[in-house]
Amino acid sequence: MSSETQKILTTDGIPLEVSLKKAERKNKIKAFLLVAPLLLFLLITYVFPIGDMLMRSVDDKMVTNMLPKTFKAMESWDGKELPPEEVFEAFYFDYKLLVEKKTFGKLSTQLNYTKNGFKTILKKLQRKMKKFEDGNYKEQIMAVHPRWENVEYWRAIKRRAPAYTSQKYLKGIDMYKNEDGKIVDVPEDRQIHRILWLRTLEIAFFVTLLCFLMAYPIAHLLATLPMKYSNLLMICVLLPFWTSLLVRTASWMILLQQQGVVNDFFVFIGLVPDDARPEMMFNKTGTYVAMTQILLPFMVLPLYSVMKTISPSLMRAGKSLGGTPFVAFWKVYFPLTIPGIGAGCLLVFILAIGYYITPALVGGASGTLISNQIAFHMKSTLDWSFASAMGLMLLAGVLAIYWVYNKLVGIDNIKLG
Amino acid sequence: MSKNLEFVKFDKVDKSYDGKVLVVKGLNLDIAEGEFITMLGPSGSGKTTCLMMLAGFETPTNGEIYLDKNPISNIPPHKRGIGMVFQNYALFPHMTVYENLAFPLRVRKIQKDEIDKKVDKALSMVSLTGFENRMPGQLSGGQQQRVAVARSLVFDPQLVLMDEPLGALDKNLRESMQYEIKHIHESIGVTVVYVTHDQSEALTMSNRIAVFNDGKVQQLSSPDKLYEEPVNSFVAEFIGENNTFMGQVTNMSKDQCKVKLNDGSEIIANPISVTSNGEKTTVSLRPERALINTKDKMDNNFKGKIEEVIYHGDHTRVRLDLLGNKEFILKVPNSSANMDIKMGNQINVSWNSHDARALDPK
Repeated sequence: MSSETQKILTTDGIPLEVSLKKAERKNKIKAFLLVAPLLLFLLITYVFPIGDMLMRSVDDKMVTNMLPKTFKAMESWDGKELPPEEVFEAFYFDYKLLVEKKTFGKLSTQLNYTKNGFKTILKKLQRKMKKFEDGNYKEQIMAVHPRWENVEYWRAIKRRAPAYTSQKYLKGIDMYKNEDGKIVDVPEDRQIHRILWLRTLEIAFFVTLLCFLMAYPIAHLLATLPMKYSNLLMICVLLPFWTSLLVRTASWMILLQQQGVVNDFFVFIGLVPDDARPEMMFNKTGTYVAMTQILLPFMVLPLYSVMKTISPSLMRAGKSLGGTPFVAFWKVYFPLTIPGIGAGCLLVFILAIGYYITPALVGGASGTLISNQIAFHMKSTLDWSFASAMGLMLLAGVLAIYWVYNKLVGIDNIKLG
Repeated sequence: MSKNLEFVKFDKVDKSYDGKVLVVKGLNLDIAEGEFITMLGPSGSGKTTCLMMLAGFETPTNGEIYLDKNPISNIPPHKRGIGMVFQNYALFPHMTVYENLAFPLRVRKIQKDEIDKKVDKALSMVSLTGFENRMPGQLSGGQQQRVAVARSLVFDPQLVLMDEPLGALDKNLRESMQYEIKHIHESIGVTVVYVTHDQSEALTMSNRIAVFNDGKVQQLSSPDKLYEEPVNSFVAEFIGENNTFMGQVTNMSKDQCKVKLNDGSEIIANPISVTSNGEKTTVSLRPERALINTKDKMDNNFKGKIEEVIYHGDHTRVRLDLLGNKEFILKVPNSSANMDIKMGNQINVSWNSHDARALDPK
């Protein structure tokens, strides 16, 4: 054959490739139209919100838009000494405009985040500003309060110039940019997020482990029992799915609280004295118990679907070849269930890491997770950009776990059903 | 070296799964060392259950199985040292061919170089040398079957069980595998218990065949005896082709009897399981034992009408209406002498009374 590729023609003389494309185009369009609604739905409900969330978490345009002239004038300022007259003048006009629009309060709040002490001096400036004369704004502003003579405050203003910021992400891991622009840890007694992240990972890990340990025998039983019994068992596994999450969590509260059924039983059989009932609710224990129960089906189902495909004759072969039941299980059966284990663990872990309702209801102070913190900032502090930042960090974490899993086990080895 | 004629012994073995129906009924069966014995029967006849009891995956409900004179009912499968080939090969899909074969050796804690040697030997026995690093999924059905056979033999068991091992293969491959397994058996002298529902497989491979039906061994004998001399009508029907006449014994003598058929005519037959006049009987006659237009003198001579002629290449199958039996089959060798076979012709059919076996009524 020569190096020239010879085009294959159909009987009508049209190149085969063209003809094939033409023949398949209609089907492709049909297929696309069929999935188009879902694609649109996903775009609107998933891609856009996440994109918006990303923007919100880094967005810092508020201050940028409030002090446009100031930041323009600051561009040529090196930040070593007090800024020149133009900066003061620009700041005066920017601030005057804000005072007229009555939105200067927001500026003081924002600047106060960056450096404490802005609130007082901005308020004072607002009062004294009415009597300002034209020209020489530098001296007039500096006369309002000695802090205006401090270059640190002007540097703090300049730090808010960029329209985008990473400070919310830093805050999410208990770090911040200090006055020198260096990234440092917040004092240890004020760190809360790192503890939450670690606790979230810990709880997700142990819930996954507990689910795996409990689901494996159940799934095996499901896969090997005769149809008559396995159907019944399957209903028992799926029953929690058909019950409201809230109802299930609430019933755990009834069971596990200090005056609850389980504690009453412990006291009744004399396991614990009546005045020292263990606390099993509104702490980590409650979170573990309730989350494991709720996430168990997500482990059982992938395991079951994989085990169902393993021929029972493989175990028999293992035994007939001289393997003890344990060896036959460990060398033959277990390796074949790894795709199911991978799928189940990944599913449960990812669900657990972002779990919200159950820890919120039964977790108490020591059993809440990072998602509860996100909800807190969404609903209570209204710091949406911080909530977005933490949400994205969670998403990034999940993607990282997925990536690690893919490297270790290979994602093709996953079998969800 | 004297052979142990009771290497495997089923002693009055019963098996029931639900406590209501006996799947195996009072089975007595002795298997000699080095023998190739086949359990043949329709599905649900209890043959696979017997094999599973021998392998240890089912326990007898009653009775005992002895392996080399030791009762084995309480020995778990992995301590019995019995090789087994499963219906769908049961190769471990996550292990290479080498690992599959090394599995029984590794669990026996055999040295690595010894394992390599044995695996090599087993693979060359099934002519699969060089396939060590393939995964079972990359092999064809026949190759997987060979690996399964090699794996069941690699740890030198004295007894190998095969549960319809060729069931999933196509016809040509099945036939060549039959010979291959037979040759392996002959060369290493291992005892083989083979389960199949395919009678031609059983006939070509076995030293002896146990025909199972309804939880019982109907007949245990060599392939030729089984075919030529079936002891009851089930065996006669199940093995090979068979023409039957229903009737009543009228004239019983020492080695002959007259049987009056339902249409009134009488034939002479060989009494096998009938003893007295008036008994109902099924007379069984192999198609190739009845001849047409023969010059030999035979004691049964009748005229039949040709109903159907089916060309089979080397022979022609002729369906006759003979003595009220419209399904009477004849096999006529394809030679120039037999050219007058045409539909609707009357034809002379004759056979020896010795070949017409008067068996139990169905």
